[in-house]
Amino acid sequence: MTETVFSLSSGKGKAGIAVIRISGPLAGTALLALAGALPPLRQATLMTLRRPGSDVILDRALVLLFARDRSFTGEPVAELHVHGGPAVVRSVLGALAEVPGLRMAVPGEFTRQALGNGRIDLGQVEALADLIDAETERQRMQALSGLAGMLGAAVRDWRSLLLEAKAMVAADIDFSDEGDVADQGLRGIDSLLQRLESGLEGALRTADRGRMLVDGFRVAIIGPPNAGKSTLLNALARRDVAIVSEHAGTTRDVLEVKLDIDGYAVILADTAGLRETSDPVERMGIERARTSASKADLVLLLDDGESEPPDADSLTAPSIRVRTKIDRKAAGPLHDISCRIHLSAHTGEGLDSLTEQILLAIREGDRGEPSLLVHERQRQGVERALAAVQGAQREAVRGVEFLDHHLQRADDALKEVIGLIGVEEVLGAVFSRFCIGK
Amino acid sequence: MVRAFHYTRDDRLNRFDVIVVGGGHAGGEAAAAAARVGARTALITFSKANLGVLSCNPAIGGLGKGHLVREIDALDGIMGRLADASGIQFRVLNRRKGPAVRGPRAQADRKLYRQAAGIELLEKTPGLTLIEGEVTDLLVADQAVTGVELADGREIQAGAVVLTTGTFLRGLVHLGEERWSAGRIGEQPSHRLAERLLACGFALGRLKTGTPPRLNGRTIQWDALAVQEGDDPPEPFSSLTTTITTAQAPCHITRTTSATHALIRANLDRAPVFTGQIGGQGPRYCPSIEDKVNRFGDRDGHQVFLEPEGLDDDAVYPNGISTSLPRDVQAGIVHSMPGLEKTEILQYGYAIEYDFLDPRGLFPSLETKHLNRLFLAGQINGTTGYEEAAAQGLVAGLNAARRAGGQSAVHFSRMQSYIGVLVDDLVTQGVTEPYRMFTSRSEFRLALRADNADLRLTRFGSELKLVGAERLARFDTKEAALGQAKALLQSLSLTPREAERHGVALNQDGVRRTAFELLSYPHIEWGHLIRVWPALAAIPGLVADQAAIEAKYAVYLGRQEADIARLQRDEQLDLSVFDSGSYDGIAGLSNEIRLKLNLIRPRSVAQARQIEGMTPAALTLIAVHAKKRGERDRIAAVTDS
Repeated sequence: MTETVFSLSSGKGKAGIAVIRISGPLAGTALLALAGALPPLRQATLMTLRRPGSDVILDRALVLLFARDRSFTGEPVAELHVHGGPAVVRSVLGALAEVPGLRMAVPGEFTRQALGNGRIDLGQVEALADLIDAETERQRMQALSGLAGMLGAAVRDWRSLLLEAKAMVAADIDFSDEGDVADQGLRGIDSLLQRLESGLEGALRTADRGRMLVDGFRVAIIGPPNAGKSTLLNALARRDVAIVSEHAGTTRDVLEVKLDIDGYAVILADTAGLRETSDPVERMGIERARTSASKADLVLLLDDGESEPPDADSLTAPSIRVRTKIDRKAAGPLHDISCRIHLSAHTGEGLDSLTEQILLAIREGDRGEPSLLVHERQRQGVERALAAVQGAQREAVRGVEFLDHHLQRADDALKEVIGLIGVEEVLGAVFSRFCIGK
Repeated sequence: MVRAFHYTRDDRLNRFDVIVVGGGHAGGEAAAAAARVGARTALITFSKANLGVLSCNPAIGGLGKGHLVREIDALDGIMGRLADASGIQFRVLNRRKGPAVRGPRAQADRKLYRQAAGIELLEKTPGLTLIEGEVTDLLVADQAVTGVELADGREIQAGAVVLTTGTFLRGLVHLGEERWSAGRIGEQPSHRLAERLLACGFALGRLKTGTPPRLNGRTIQWDALAVQEGDDPPEPFSSLTTTITTAQAPCHITRTTSATHALIRANLDRAPVFTGQIGGQGPRYCPSIEDKVNRFGDRDGHQVFLEPEGLDDDAVYPNGISTSLPRDVQAGIVHSMPGLEKTEILQYGYAIEYDFLDPRGLFPSLETKHLNRLFLAGQINGTTGYEEAAAQGLVAGLNAARRAGGQSAVHFSRMQSYIGVLVDDLVTQGVTEPYRMFTSRSEFRLALRADNADLRLTRFGSELKLVGAERLARFDTKEAALGQAKALLQSLSLTPREAERHGVALNQDGVRRTAFELLSYPHIEWGHLIRVWPALAAIPGLVADQAAIEAKYAVYLGRQEADIARLQRDEQLDLSVFDSGSYDGIAGLSNEIRLKLNLIRPRSVAQARQIEGMTPAALTLIAVHAKKRGERDRIAAVTDS
């Protein structure tokens, strides 16, 4: 028997409206206990909520009731849109807890109900988690495409190509001595595998974009000590871009700030100044700065015109050379042609063009359809499938059994991507991402 | 050894541990297996003469099928030995392909095969009693089978019963427009047995199979035909056979011609498969000649193998022209082929339709879900082929003996054997056409090879007491020799430069490679290694061959183990607590999948995944509910205690 659970489904803290969701067989009973009547199904209705068995008014709320077959969770669902003050929310949640048979939902429980009732599939659960986590417009669009099941459709296409290839191999192995198929052999399998390879490669190419959209575009600020890295970070964070969140990086030497630039999530990382040093602690910080640069999608190389600017050759990510402190007199030439941007964090001069350059770099990497592969789990599965398909192409000459082996591994990898293999792990990984009320 | 069977001390003829009904390939192997593990076993068949009859083509083995025979042999079953004793042409199929996809096959002399089966079962199998008679009903008490009733009124009791009655359910033969009832239904009292099964709730399906006309070899112009010789020396099936002593005979090859096809096309309106006279589903992989002509009309000819039925037997089996066309058309077909212009037909081809019991009603032990202590094996489960029947017989006989003795069921995994693949496919997927084994049915083709059946199964079989002392001793010797050879190969190594000096080309990367690693290179053979390390010449040929095959696939098998581990994690998501009806409580499953789940009752998420039509969403649902249920049971266990 499914239990009836409730929780605050909108964010915590002060807001205009807070949404409390009740899901389970007793959702209607709970509503009756608080509102004294049931609203028509799927019609927003203004009702007065009272503490059960008393006249104490909790709030005037917009109330919605969904039948089992038309709700998100596949259970009867009631939604209370109450006024958003913490006190109101607390009192309504308290009143619901008094209704017999109801309890607070545990993290991910609404989604679990939806999954358990077959309302959504696993890929959609993952996408839903993304949608809920989405902080910017681009993240939201990416998550919506996942909800529509695009990955599942792509995997179906790939697997049907694989099936065709496997059928050819099966005929070649199992019927070659029966005289009727031997002459058809493996004709056409090369082009089949090529199509498969390019499909998988295409998906992997978009994987970085998917990751970038979901996790954020990583910009590392690198430069010698006192080149103005922290000042630049603070200036960018304070200007027309909003600080989404601020938290210390993985080490005290790398500070990360998450920004929203024109709908894109951007993670700006301030790193330790690069220089030759014998201090082991500082060396460790520099090492981390280099790691941060190697993981970045874009590196800003700061040059204050005084110390030796860092070398761009060792970087894998694209970089922009930025001349800082142009408001100050410095030893080097003020307008260095090797620098694309000249700015002063203090006067704000040049900051707009820097933002523009960052946006340009993001858009460079975000062309075309939304990415199919957003999660590491999915990406790894497709990568394994691609490796297997390439193995099949490479080793077909060694014998048909090697070809077959690789095709089988490719299919297993794709089954894992969509959750046909490794169900247990998938469930664990997915639900560990949910927080309460979603 | 003391065993816990119920009736071990009972010598009367009407009480046994295990009764096997039917003396075909499933029945023979079932009875032999039950007796091997120490069960007092009765084999009941119409006539002693029925033992070991090759009722269709006179051949054992092939791709997939040959793997099954080797596995049966590795478990000390009889089929491989019978084939070795009666084989008159041995060929390893796919010899030009890799060892993983080779399959041993033999033409058998029908008479010799029957003789060998009689000797094996009647003389060499202690604890096995043969009873001639017709089983007319099952004795049932408390939802369990307790024995059988014979037509003469005798009742025989047993701890478990294995039914291997082939196509006895509503068999209907078609030959042109004629048809007649085959088997005993409607004419004889065994009708009651069928009724009993149906009343228990078994689901029925209908299948079709066919056979070609048999030809008189004296009227074939052999010198006009291409000859296909067997392998020299012939490679036996059984690891207990050292050499094949029976005389060998060649097969011949002819072809259908455009005249054949024209004749068939002109008579399609007289073919029972097209007129609607036959409704059962035939095998796609073994179509009748009229099917082939109809479906592959663009081909100008199909190969036909002329297989001798025996050394001193004139009958010839033309493999490839199974048909149920009328007699005059069959004669025309035969006479339209080169070499057969004047050939006499000894017996006309026909098609037979029959009912089978949906094997999804079986547990992996082949015990039925409807009736305890009843096991089914062979064609009655919708399979075709002697080897498939024998493999099921072995599983059913073993498990029936264990059931009678109060031991747990033995489960053959699909990662371990083709026997496991066969059983898992049957009980999970059911059948829609006569089920035949192919190597492509296995996901682990590189691991499940005909050459290593003993390495995979003999130790396992020995633990189950299925394997006799002689085989075990030989296996121990082989395993030890192989272990030593591999250790030696892994201890020897050289650099690319040293290899070059011996004329072996390697990538000049300076990396030392062991002799074992070198064997995995396609261009390096045993002979190259002996040139480098003459000591290797002391390793016997068969052991060297085996080591070379293992080396060839070692890297892949290592990687495959990781995959197997992943698959096994889903195996641990236990669904055995779900009974029939449990799935009705899961909202969101499609009706089709719900029906299948209730019928099959998979024991794990891994098995559920194999069900045809299973979707990721449905599988996730099941997993979620299994976990929920598991948690609830744990909580209940805690509160109870």
